[in-house]
Amino acid sequence: MERKPHISLKAEKIFEIFGIPITNSILSSLIVLILFLILGLNYFRESKKDPLKRNSLYFIVNFLLKSLYNFFYGVLGEETIKYFPLLTSFFLFILLQNWFGLIPGVGSILIKINAHNTHHFIPLLRGGTADLNTTLGLAIFSVIFTNIASIKALGVKNYIARFYRIKEPISFFIGSLEIISEFSKVISFAFRLFGNIFAGEVLLTVIAFLLPMLASFPFLILEIFVGFIQALVFTMLTCVFISLGISKHH
Amino acid sequence: MNIEVIKIIMISLTITVGSIVPGLAIGKIGIQAMESIGRNPEAEAGIRTTMILVVAFAEALAIYALVVALILKFT
Repeated sequence: MERKPHISLKAEKIFEIFGIPITNSILSSLIVLILFLILGLNYFRESKKDPLKRNSLYFIVNFLLKSLYNFFYGVLGEETIKYFPLLTSFFLFILLQNWFGLIPGVGSILIKINAHNTHHFIPLLRGGTADLNTTLGLAIFSVIFTNIASIKALGVKNYIARFYRIKEPISFFIGSLEIISEFSKVISFAFRLFGNIFAGEVLLTVIAFLLPMLASFPFLILEIFVGFIQALVFTMLTCVFISLGISKHH
Repeated sequence: MNIEVIKIIMISLTITVGSIVPGLAIGKIGIQAMESIGRNPEAEAGIRTTMILVVAFAEALAIYALVVALILKFT
């Protein structure tokens, strides 16, 4: 094997705007965002029309939103409506980004850039969640939001009582362990999503490199399934942590 | 034995050994979930949701081992 497939752990920089490097995964995330905006605006415009004249996209999205709402209702109960926008945004954003990395052309269309006075070829697009920066950002946002929702629902005094209680001296140790476990949630969220999606991309690349005809097909189906499950798991874990955070126990 | 050979051996050992315990854990979770659905078929939706949640936690450990192996291989 004289040439190896091009696999790199970090997303490569394509160009710079005012000193901020734009990588190929930022470009894919922007495309997914624009797709999402078009979908959202279309749904909004259709919802204003007469119910007999709406197109079928409206009904499909409606069915999806209702299923998600019933799913979260089982965990959160009456408070679902407050957290539903965030959870659905997480689910749809992560799902679309995971699936975007499987479209033909993503990862295989290369452009030539000039770095360190040599030419290399780097892929023009790369799945958004296959970059650790995206997943780390999503994980930090999710954990910080859970804590802020907990403060808002319980009040500052009860929130601190979740970790440290004056009446139980052992809670000093347990409280510190709980704080460390909040940080480990960030790492766990980030690496679970990144590991699954990046490993899927590497698998597809290596299989296509070894046997270019049709061998990637079963792995593509597996990756579609894994992308859906990982989006669902991220959203469900956030949902469960929010419900633990806002519950009044003790 | 030079460093390249040791590196390749360690990469394969990382992912191999690191998947043993998560595999067993997911198997045990599955067994218990099926038994409890069999005993109480009404609660199937709740059991299924909880099972997927716990399987995600167990699978994450295998993914950590995979990420370490990938980091070793590509840098």
